[in-house]
Amino acid sequence: MRESTFDFSTTLGSAWFPAPVFTASGCASSGRELSQFFPLDSIGAVVTKSVMLKERLGRPTPRMAETPSGMLNSIGLQGPGIDAFLAKDVPWLVENNARVIVSIAGETVDEYGVLARRLRSVPGISAVEVNISCPNVDNRGLVFACDPESAKAVVDSVRRTLAGDLPIIVKLSPDVTNIAAIAKIVVDAGADALALINTLLGMVINTETMFPHLGGKTGGLSGPAIRPVAVRAIYQVHEALPTVPILGMGGVRTGRDAFEMILAGASGVSVGTASFGNPSAVIQVQNELETLLMSKGFNSVREAIGFAHRPAPGPSST
Amino acid sequence: MGQYHQLLINVGEVVRHCKPGNFVAISVGGENSSLILRRAFAISRVSDRGEYGGTMELIVAPHGSGSRWLCAQEVGNSLDIIAPLGTPFGIPTAPVQALLVGGGYGSAPLFGLAEVLKSRGCRVDMILGASTVAKIYAPIEGKRSVNSLKIFTEDGSTGQMGKVTDLIPGLIADGQVDVIYSCGPMGMLSAISRITQGTDVVHQCAVEEAMACGVGICMTCVLPVRKEDGTISMLRSCIDGPVMDGALVAWELVGKNGMTP
Repeated sequence: MRESTFDFSTTLGSAWFPAPVFTASGCASSGRELSQFFPLDSIGAVVTKSVMLKERLGRPTPRMAETPSGMLNSIGLQGPGIDAFLAKDVPWLVENNARVIVSIAGETVDEYGVLARRLRSVPGISAVEVNISCPNVDNRGLVFACDPESAKAVVDSVRRTLAGDLPIIVKLSPDVTNIAAIAKIVVDAGADALALINTLLGMVINTETMFPHLGGKTGGLSGPAIRPVAVRAIYQVHEALPTVPILGMGGVRTGRDAFEMILAGASGVSVGTASFGNPSAVIQVQNELETLLMSKGFNSVREAIGFAHRPAPGPSST
Repeated sequence: MGQYHQLLINVGEVVRHCKPGNFVAISVGGENSSLILRRAFAISRVSDRGEYGGTMELIVAPHGSGSRWLCAQEVGNSLDIIAPLGTPFGIPTAPVQALLVGGGYGSAPLFGLAEVLKSRGCRVDMILGASTVAKIYAPIEGKRSVNSLKIFTEDGSTGQMGKVTDLIPGLIADGQVDVIYSCGPMGMLSAISRITQGTDVVHQCAVEEAMACGVGICMTCVLPVRKEDGTISMLRSCIDGPVMDGALVAWELVGKNGMTP
């Protein structure tokens, strides 16, 4: 009888989702391609590929290298620009009853503000993901997410435009010394939720040509290889900020992996690179997670969030 | 078969949807493998008349750990396969003079294409090339589906010494070619595009770019392609290709920095 009362829904800030499994930004394009493999309205939400102000061609090929239990990608945020994205991609997702989290990326603090303004009155968007793992053109190309001042400035700029309209989810980079400290800064600046983690910066050198393999030289490492890093980051941030919802991601490919992130403190879980090898991965992870949560005796997703932080049972007293 | 393995896969009804130029994406390494991405292979030929129903043939060069795993599979093993994928070769509605050009095992999908073109009344000439004889893929039964077959190797170990592109300008000048269908390394495809530039010959090429997903979501397999207004789009070779119009690919920009839309 538990099935009928089991609550699989979750929330990220003020946004409610019927299920806690999402696509990961940059791993589902704008959703259309994956809809051949499962109905998009059956998952928590589609998190779209980070969109910028203008059309962007991205980096030269080769753009990927497979690594042990992972891969490097170096796409360079290829995309149609916000105008074409809002004209074509979002309406299509809304027509297909998908819940939509729009991911935005900018080259300057102002660009993030402009992008946020463009989203404010668009119907059908559940939340905004702010991808701050981009180089800040105004600050020697230093990545926003790795510089507390820039990270704060971006969130300030987005919050001033969006506060109250749409939940703001800020996606953090694991390439920092103290991720909980950065998390606290962006939450103080107005983030409603956090997305953890983005890819880790890596490189592969081709030993035949003896040059870096990727056209962009460096790339983002993703896949099961980075899952323990993601679990650690989620655990640390949840410990420091237990009331802030976390969208967990990084190498999830089974329901067990998603469950692990929820135990660490995630309110929802995104499936990214796993979709490349298995286009049905998102729905499979979601189904496995639901079964697993119920088999462990949880009545809701909420009950399991951060469960790994509960006090350990001490030695029984005599 | 030379340096290549021939794989026959029973895929049932799927063969009805497979066209020359389509490809498949196969999981490799087994359940606990550290190889997380599928491997893409061009479909060489399909048959719906086998003992076990529909079968598809792939030609695989066991160079990497994934393709070696695939070639080591025993008869009867099951594979996790997504098929068919990609945009296939365009087939002319009226008979034309078709020249099929293959480099290395890039010739694999050309034999299935040759059968289709022949059945449409086309004249089909084929030129295959590789660095050396062991890298030529030319099955005996495939030769029946073409009107002529010429082979080039760079070391002269079989056929003529030279490159596939040596012969093409002359054939075009003689008016013996309406459409070129090509499949092979990017250098060969771009060389053919240079030859057809300024002629009336249509060049349909099946490109080869490293891809992670094969279904259009990863954006790794892109190629710079000219739009009508002359600006560049980065198109996915998995969805907008692998067969592309060679005249529209901006070959000089492949793998180059500093592109603007």
